[in-house]
Amino acid sequence: MPKNNDPQTILRMEEIHKSFPGGVFANRGVNLEVRQGEIHCLLGENGAGKTVLMSVLYGLYKPDAGCIYYKNEKFDVHNPKDAIQNRIGMVHQHFMLVETLSVAENIILGQYKPWKVLNNLDPVIKKIQQMSKDYSLNVDPTSLVKDLSVGEQQRVEILKALYHGADLLILDEPTAVLTPQESENLLDFLRQLADKGLTIVFITHKLEEVMQISDRVTILRDGKTIATVNTKETNPRELAKMMVGRDVLMNLTKKEKQPGRIIFSVKNLNVNDERGLPAVRNFSFDVHEREIVGIAGVSGNGQSELALALAGLMESEFDSIVLNDISITKRDLTRLNQLGMAHIPEDRQKMGLILPFSVSENFIAETFNDRPFSKYGFLQFKTIKNYSQSLVKKFSIRVGDIDEEIAHLSGGNQQKVVVARELDRRPKFLLVNQPTRGIDIGATEFVRQQIIAERDGGAAILLISTDLEEIFALSDRILVMFEGRIMGEVSPNPDMIEQVGLLMAGKTIESAL
Amino acid sequence: MELIPSILFLQSILAATWRMATPILYAAVGEVFSEKAGVINIGLEGVMLIGAFSAYSVAFESGSLWLGLLAAILAGILSGLIFAFFTITIKANQIVVGAAFNMIGMGITGFLYRSMYAVSAVPLGLKTFQSVEIPFLSSIPFFGEVLFKHNIMVYGTLLVVPLATFVLYKTAFGLSIRAVGEHPKAADTVGVNVFRMRYLSVMIGTALAAVGGAFLVLAYADQFVEGVVSGRGFIALAVVVFGRWKPWGAFWSSLLFGIFYALQLRIQTMPDVNIPYQFLQALPYLATLLVLVGFNKRRVQAPKTLGVPYK
Repeated sequence: MPKNNDPQTILRMEEIHKSFPGGVFANRGVNLEVRQGEIHCLLGENGAGKTVLMSVLYGLYKPDAGCIYYKNEKFDVHNPKDAIQNRIGMVHQHFMLVETLSVAENIILGQYKPWKVLNNLDPVIKKIQQMSKDYSLNVDPTSLVKDLSVGEQQRVEILKALYHGADLLILDEPTAVLTPQESENLLDFLRQLADKGLTIVFITHKLEEVMQISDRVTILRDGKTIATVNTKETNPRELAKMMVGRDVLMNLTKKEKQPGRIIFSVKNLNVNDERGLPAVRNFSFDVHEREIVGIAGVSGNGQSELALALAGLMESEFDSIVLNDISITKRDLTRLNQLGMAHIPEDRQKMGLILPFSVSENFIAETFNDRPFSKYGFLQFKTIKNYSQSLVKKFSIRVGDIDEEIAHLSGGNQQKVVVARELDRRPKFLLVNQPTRGIDIGATEFVRQQIIAERDGGAAILLISTDLEEIFALSDRILVMFEGRIMGEVSPNPDMIEQVGLLMAGKTIESAL
Repeated sequence: MELIPSILFLQSILAATWRMATPILYAAVGEVFSEKAGVINIGLEGVMLIGAFSAYSVAFESGSLWLGLLAAILAGILSGLIFAFFTITIKANQIVVGAAFNMIGMGITGFLYRSMYAVSAVPLGLKTFQSVEIPFLSSIPFFGEVLFKHNIMVYGTLLVVPLATFVLYKTAFGLSIRAVGEHPKAADTVGVNVFRMRYLSVMIGTALAAVGGAFLVLAYADQFVEGVVSGRGFIALAVVVFGRWKPWGAFWSSLLFGIFYALQLRIQTMPDVNIPYQFLQALPYLATLLVLVGFNKRRVQAPKTLGVPYK
């Protein structure tokens, strides 16, 4: 029996250990105590073991050791069904929704015996509509999941958990995929749920969220519990220190800008998206030597298409593109990287890295066919090894073995591999898209410093980011993008943040200023 | 050609179309189950052979076509169990295991056939399922001949296709199957047993493929010969894709093969046509593949985790 029979305690996890094949210790004696009706944040960097801990509770992983007490009883959970039956719901970071099925079908999936005839879903649809109304979640049960936006899909996930009946709701980094406005709405909504008596465990690595939403917070680091504190009695700096294990520079320092000549210039770029609709319209800009130009905007306003077109990965039309005084034709676009461009793509897992390949193979993904890595068609393993080890060291990438599959690294370390590979080519022009999305504070800080160092070293940098804080922290000039157009140029003065917000919403520069 | 002979010509081709489509259709509908659940079984050809031989030998020894059909179904389920064990439990590559099934199916049925029947002195023919003429309807001119004078296994497709549609789209079991092929982890997190669903789908698939094979000896030719399936298993695979992974889609697509097959049979019997029969026999396969490739531009996505083992 639990030592403490505090009636307020709904969940206690004691000394949870969980390791994975290959010697990764995700949880090394984690303790967590959650009280009835609170919002409890689980804070930690990527790879700290937050998701694994909650997956153990949800029955997805079997712990190596440790005990779980839930509602004052020992809780043996073997699979998610046990968790659902005990009224535990989980909203995963990567949505667990079948895209080709309707919302209603997703919600009832797994709820009936196999022979149950589902000829008439009307009662289910009615119930979902009622719940959707009660919680003002605004979800249409008959639409297909693939037709929904990310924000809507998340509401379906939450509704699914509530439909199954949840006293304890786990959310794994729910705001990572949302716009600032959507995040705000979600946090409000979760607060309402908690006020109605629902207990919420909220996994995050964002300090502002912890401060804004939680009653208490448990900090994990390297698979161990560091502390559990009352949110009211702490502050972001202290939390960051516990999370990272050292003091964190919350503000970047960068030298005054000294832009030089124009390195990269684009005139009238037009790009159509996959459906053939205009995504980037008459886009013109210059980037100078020693300058970071930030492209701000709400996700989905043509940023992806802009980056893909410039990287030569998407068809485009333009009047001129000039890189380092060389005029680029349409056909040249695919070999821009040979002309001095480097590209850090927005999705490291799909584009930046080859996940089943090793760390060192990813380092030489672009240069493997050139000397000194390859001679007469044979890979030079010794050279590659030395080179990889030097990069690992230089960029402080945490990896046991450079021959390890890159898929096993944490998001932050994966991103560092991409950054290391691209920056090591000493590019004249660097195209960076969402460089710190989904990575922890330590890695974010490091990546941003590297980008600034690259600018100080003379590179021209185009930074695309939906993270306004990042845009303001790094950029020398800000261009705001809305529906494929540049709405205006703004200086990165913190007083201008409101104007940028208006431009991002499609207001013209005259009315915004 | 004059009007009456050309109508008779058309009638005879259309009457044969459905019959020719039947073995492919059974296999294709079965494969829809398997692929919807995320398992691609390219071993259909082998499983159909196993079904054909089981049906033939049991029907021949017992004298009962129905026992033969039952034997084919059981052999199909057993084949599916083995296929599922390798691809789902052991997580072996599905294409490799499928290819092995084709070779084993060919080898084992050929071996057993030769050792059991090849030197037999007694006649080896079965009395196959005979045409059942539907009262009244079968006497309608043209349509009666085309639609209402078939044997029971041809009519059976009209039971299997709607039933498969119902199971896949109107039951909790079908919902789980479809989810498991698209996003097995999502299904897992709400308590669906992914392994069990995939095992069952594969076994439904091979059972139906074996029925398709059994048709060839119980309701078409009257005896087993080596390689009797002659590529229909592979056509069934294409039919599944062309039919957009839906039972009714598979129905219409296999009719397409059926019509070409019937056509070449008719041409073979024409006295004044001097095309080597090997070319004519290749025609339905060639034509079906060309049509399947040519019309496959309307991209319908295959089940997302097709061919990928879970965990």
